[in-house]
Amino acid sequence: MIEMHDVWKEYPNGTVALSGISVKVKKGEFIYVVGPSGAGKSTFIKLMYREERPTKGHIFVNGFNIERLKDRKVPYLRRNIGVVFQDFKLLHKLTAYENVAFALEVLSVPQRQIRRRVRDVLEWVGLGDKADMLPSQLSGGEQQRIAVARALVNNPAVIIADEPTGNLDPDTSWGIMKLFQRINDRGTTIVMATHNKDIVNTMRKRVIAIENGRIVRDEPRGTYGYDD
Amino acid sequence: MTIRVIGRHIREGFKNLIRNGWMTFASVSAVAITLLILGVSLVVALNAQQLSRYVAGQLEINVFLDPKLTDAQGQQVAQEVRRLPGVESVQFISKEKGLAQLQRDIGSDYNDVLGELSAKNPLPVQLVVKATDPRQTLAVGEEIRSLPGVHQVNDGKSFVDKLFAFLDAVRNIGLVFVAALIVTAMFLISNTIKITIFARRREIEIMKLVGATNWFIRWPFIWEGILIGAIGTMIPYGIIVYAYQSLFDRAGGVFFALAFPLMPTAEVAVRVGEVLFTVGLFIGIWGGVMSVRRFLRV
Repeated sequence: MIEMHDVWKEYPNGTVALSGISVKVKKGEFIYVVGPSGAGKSTFIKLMYREERPTKGHIFVNGFNIERLKDRKVPYLRRNIGVVFQDFKLLHKLTAYENVAFALEVLSVPQRQIRRRVRDVLEWVGLGDKADMLPSQLSGGEQQRIAVARALVNNPAVIIADEPTGNLDPDTSWGIMKLFQRINDRGTTIVMATHNKDIVNTMRKRVIAIENGRIVRDEPRGTYGYDD
Repeated sequence: MTIRVIGRHIREGFKNLIRNGWMTFASVSAVAITLLILGVSLVVALNAQQLSRYVAGQLEINVFLDPKLTDAQGQQVAQEVRRLPGVESVQFISKEKGLAQLQRDIGSDYNDVLGELSAKNPLPVQLVVKATDPRQTLAVGEEIRSLPGVHQVNDGKSFVDKLFAFLDAVRNIGLVFVAALIVTAMFLISNTIKITIFARRREIEIMKLVGATNWFIRWPFIWEGILIGAIGTMIPYGIIVYAYQSLFDRAGGVFFALAFPLMPTAEVAVRVGEVLFTVGLFIGIWGGVMSVRRFLRV
């Protein structure tokens, strides 16, 4: 599903974010990426949806060879990947329904299909009755559910989440994590960068720890392993 | 690309226009003013062309033959002139006729003097020549000058030269002015669109994340430019055609002082329309393309 071979990333300002990462993620896995701030977690994740390009090394995602992928082909890679962020990245002037529909509209999906699929996915994340509300009228957890619905609506093979619970209180975070578990149960691969110790230690999954741009730990059913 | 998708792009482009209303207003005005000046210059140029054609069509070459030649000998020279290339017509004015004209011109007060003259008529035979192409008038005059028996050629050289030089100067100044304005308008459009792109950067970011193609993201901004160009063209076009029509009607189709016929409104509308819409849409498309290339890294 996702493969990296000896991947290096140096930014133009000279910062070396990753030094020789190799990893394999199989279809249907659920992975936590942990590590101190600035260790390279975000870069690691951004390489997967080609937000950043590696300086050196080989990356394959869902059959796409990332280093050979031309700029104009990147959108077709992204259609196989759903991305969820800490700050939700919703459009504030659009309702919950419209935010999710937006992801299909820009792919030129016919209107009738959009209506059916958006309704289904909102129902699925538990927001069926809040479709016409604006993000500002919803709680943080509900906003993140919209973002998850938007990532899911195109049925991607992978969901990549960059600290999806970073802005949420513990109870709400658990709600979101249960949602991710349900997504994973459907067979969707999940890669999640997180700082949430409780979640990692309770909902046990494969843990990849990154420090100073290297993978220092890769355990199935691992723990968070840091004090904070 | 299906009609539905094109429709969406145009709709989005239109929304962009409305969203940053004042910048849209500024760039539409820039295009409109540019094209208004271009259009007015064009109307003037078209009518100046009409004028020069009209005036040049009236231009004649007056050829005075050697006074010693008789009318019969003069006819021979006239035949030679008729055979020259580029000559449309030759009017023969005999010595008699020339004197009669002179009499008519200076009036009856001098009849006595002229009466004496008529006995041994000292006037030369005169030929009035018209060139087929008015711009060839001078060349034809030159040809005639080298014929034997020709005493003097008056081809209005200085007048024709001045007229054409003046028209060229007017055209060149206009072109420089318009070129500078076109560049200004393009930059205003591209800046307006830059602001839209900035205002919509979050949407663009999300579009990229969910896998919209680059061209799907670019099109609305190019349409924004096209719409600015199109609206900015229609305004001055309407003004010019309407103003010309009312001017034409009021003047009764002729230009006051010079009494030469104006170009009909329909013809002006077509010729000015061709140029304005071509330039206007070009400005708009160029502004749109430039802004997505410079400000929208997708």
